[in-house]
Amino acid sequence: MNILTLSATELSAAIRRGDVSVRQALDAVLQRIDEREQELHCYITILPREELYAEADRLQQAIDAGELSGPLAGVPAAIKDNLCTEGIRTTCASKILYNYVPTFSSTAALRLREAGVLVIGKTNMDEFAMGSTTETSAFGVTKNPRDPSRVPGGSSGGSAAAVAAGECFLALGSDTGGSIRQPASYCGVVGIKPTYGTVSRYGLVAYGSSLDQIGPLAHTVRDAATVLEAISAHDPKDATSIAREDTDFTQALTADVKGLRIGIPRDYFGEGLDPEVADAVRAAAKVLEAQGATVEEFDLSLVKYAIPTYYTIADAEASSNLERFDGVKYGYRAPEAEGLHQMYKRTRSEGFGPEVKRRIMLGSFVLSSGYYDAYYLKALRVKALIKKAFDEAFARYDLILGPVAPTTAPELGSSLSDPIKMYLGDIYTISVNLAGLPGISIPVGTDSKGLPIGMQLIADCFQEKKMIRAAYTYEQAAGMER
Amino acid sequence: MREYELVIGLEVHVELATKTKIFCGCSTAFGAKPNAHTCPVCTGMPGSLPVLNKQVLEYAIAVGLATNCDITRYSKFDRKNYFYPDNPQNYQISQLYLPICRNGYVEIPGEDGETKRVGIHEIHMEEDAGKLVHDEWEDASLVDYNRSGVPLIEIVSEPDMRSAKEVIAYLEKLRLLIQYLGASDCKLQEGSMRADVNLSVREKGAQTFGTRTEMKNLNSFRAIEHAIQGESERQIDLLAQGGKVVQETRRWDDDRMESYAMRSKEDAQDYRYFPDPDLPPLTVPQEMIDRIRAAQPEFREERRERYRREYGIPDYDIEILTDNRKLADLFEETTKLCGEPKKVSNWLMGETQRLLKEKGMDPEDLVFSPQHLAALIGLTESRQINSSVAKEVFEVMFAEDVDPERYVEEKGLKTVQDDGALAQAVEAAIAANPQSVADYKAGKVKALGFLTGQVMKATKGKADPAAINAMLREALQ
Repeated sequence: MNILTLSATELSAAIRRGDVSVRQALDAVLQRIDEREQELHCYITILPREELYAEADRLQQAIDAGELSGPLAGVPAAIKDNLCTEGIRTTCASKILYNYVPTFSSTAALRLREAGVLVIGKTNMDEFAMGSTTETSAFGVTKNPRDPSRVPGGSSGGSAAAVAAGECFLALGSDTGGSIRQPASYCGVVGIKPTYGTVSRYGLVAYGSSLDQIGPLAHTVRDAATVLEAISAHDPKDATSIAREDTDFTQALTADVKGLRIGIPRDYFGEGLDPEVADAVRAAAKVLEAQGATVEEFDLSLVKYAIPTYYTIADAEASSNLERFDGVKYGYRAPEAEGLHQMYKRTRSEGFGPEVKRRIMLGSFVLSSGYYDAYYLKALRVKALIKKAFDEAFARYDLILGPVAPTTAPELGSSLSDPIKMYLGDIYTISVNLAGLPGISIPVGTDSKGLPIGMQLIADCFQEKKMIRAAYTYEQAAGMER
Repeated sequence: MREYELVIGLEVHVELATKTKIFCGCSTAFGAKPNAHTCPVCTGMPGSLPVLNKQVLEYAIAVGLATNCDITRYSKFDRKNYFYPDNPQNYQISQLYLPICRNGYVEIPGEDGETKRVGIHEIHMEEDAGKLVHDEWEDASLVDYNRSGVPLIEIVSEPDMRSAKEVIAYLEKLRLLIQYLGASDCKLQEGSMRADVNLSVREKGAQTFGTRTEMKNLNSFRAIEHAIQGESERQIDLLAQGGKVVQETRRWDDDRMESYAMRSKEDAQDYRYFPDPDLPPLTVPQEMIDRIRAAQPEFREERRERYRREYGIPDYDIEILTDNRKLADLFEETTKLCGEPKKVSNWLMGETQRLLKEKGMDPEDLVFSPQHLAALIGLTESRQINSSVAKEVFEVMFAEDVDPERYVEEKGLKTVQDDGALAQAVEAAIAANPQSVADYKAGKVKALGFLTGQVMKATKGKADPAAINAMLREALQ
């Protein structure tokens, strides 16, 4: 049996049956890491081998003793490096946290561990999740396993690439404007951004607090739904966390979309969309239609306002969230600075990369006295209008279907020179975060260069199950399952 | 010479009496080792998140209701952004746009003797910062985050006060209301109540306000009075000489009795306030307001009236007893136990006040229980101990709340009740002091005091002086 061809849930089932040991699963992943990690650089930190084997043995014992019997038990997994892990360095891919070892774990990482996964390491990302290519990392770029001359997407590029390359079976990412869905699309894996408030943000190093959500990246819809179910829960440590009863997402893994109403926004198929991507997504919609869903086009409106609204709100929050990185308490401190003011200035000038500084400056500007009403408050009002446009759409449709990104993965080095162009690449994913909605990205084929294309399904708040059901139905019908 | 009038508004910070901090579960206890009461939340660790302590909201609403404020039904927390090491996130969570209470007032005795209203502009909730300690040896600054995240309310008045006297009356009024609510101990010296004074002057009769300055670092009523006098004189001198007051923040130095500029409006920081996305807006249900209103205690004015009706003690006593809720509670509970209101009041007015003053303590710090004070009164009333022993016992109770009955027993302080033993001591004193006996018989009443003292000495101070006195008179008749 080639272990690396299994999905996470298949692997766990094999481990629990006794067909595969946790050590064998770890061996397979470590062998793949030895083969590809030097080139791809999916991870910032990989745990020492002796620790990994000790943990594999501990998990094996718990599985053998029947103490660990969940659907993810024994599966090698990875965690994005903006999720705090107690005792394991957590850098956010920034020089300013290059040596930071948290004293506590994020709730999502704890819950994933409780599900019995074997954490291999911490994945690379855009610095503080600011970027769409994983090229803003202070630890070097990650390459797309499907074509190493291309970016894996971002900001959860390391997580998407690690899953796609077989350097782990599933990973956690975070999504503020598309940071799970877009790299999933570029790397040909499944990624889910749940409804805001579904997964606790406690221990997620904040970028845009009102938009950030943690979610899974995995090979299959089943894997992704299983991980999401494991990490979703109300958390009293996060005041924005919602108590919901319907987080048994795996119950939605049925191939049945009969009567499901799907709307395709015409606005998502306009200028700038690669025709090959458009064709693949429309073909995928046909598959769902053939399975019994009704599909029609409609005008969503306000789409062009999503990007400026997003960058105003996310950067405003980021400018404040990132103030704590000042060299006083932890992380990088500029050496030999004279006095407090110079220490602050040099620490932050040297510790943050250019994209992070750009967003801190933008965010500070839109909050500053005299501009707050014109920018920040106006953006909040547009955000409310965007939510209203979605509410109206969901009065008519169960799901909204469209592309994840306008193109397939761009070449390394082609994006950062033009930040506006890079920001425009988030056009289909960003409004989902502004409206707090859940979205899923699933592979629907490849372009003529062999690069993966992703389809996005968006549901109304708390309607992840509809989205998962449709994604699963497509996956089964199109034979995309692993 | 023009006549000027003072226009004063106050920003009063009050530390709330919650057991835990405003956004985490750490203790608010005073005096622990540096950074003993900290966690990832109150030290601003990456990934940590604030969760509001409900008690803070309840106290803030209670203070708002007691000061006749409108309670904001939809309220929000905002971030105030500024860099300083005592502020671990480099932003303070506070309220700017939708504070929890608005548009209130309190009534104080005004300069003209009439009741005067001082408007409350708003009350908002916020977190305290940590403390910087400069280490002279290492030439380094250290940060103690024990105070970081301790809950505060800031009570912002309207510019309605016209004199230092009105300012003090306003502060006293707030202190009493908040202490009676149990929302804070309001100790100025320890910083659990602190005031910033906004002051301007204008010509009498003017309709518009002059340019104001803000004075910080005022930690006693005396300092506040001095600062108001010093600053108003400075501003009047400036204006009288044709100068202009600059809007700025000034620091009052009570030792040097002068203020100096900290920062002017031009270099005022832009705090970039915006709603904190980590804390959902607060929706305050009417039931919650009703419940807090129903639980409001009897405040000073009502108690004063009731004490007059129920206890028949002098107004002077009532004024002092009700000046502090702790003292008033002690009075009532002790009276309930022993049924001797005037005796209880005497202890609380006399010895208690003397010892508080001597030790520089606040009535809030009193440790003895009503049970023990009642027992002490019982011991004196039944003449089991005399008054000097009682004072001695009280001093021990004041320090460590001992049980007076047990203490008197253990130390053998009970009055000598044995009449035989006392009669013997009286006879011995008469026999040993013939000169005094002769003096007494010759009409020198003073001599009886000397003889009484001799008997007291012989009984080691444990006899009842009145009883000795009576026995001596009888024996010498």
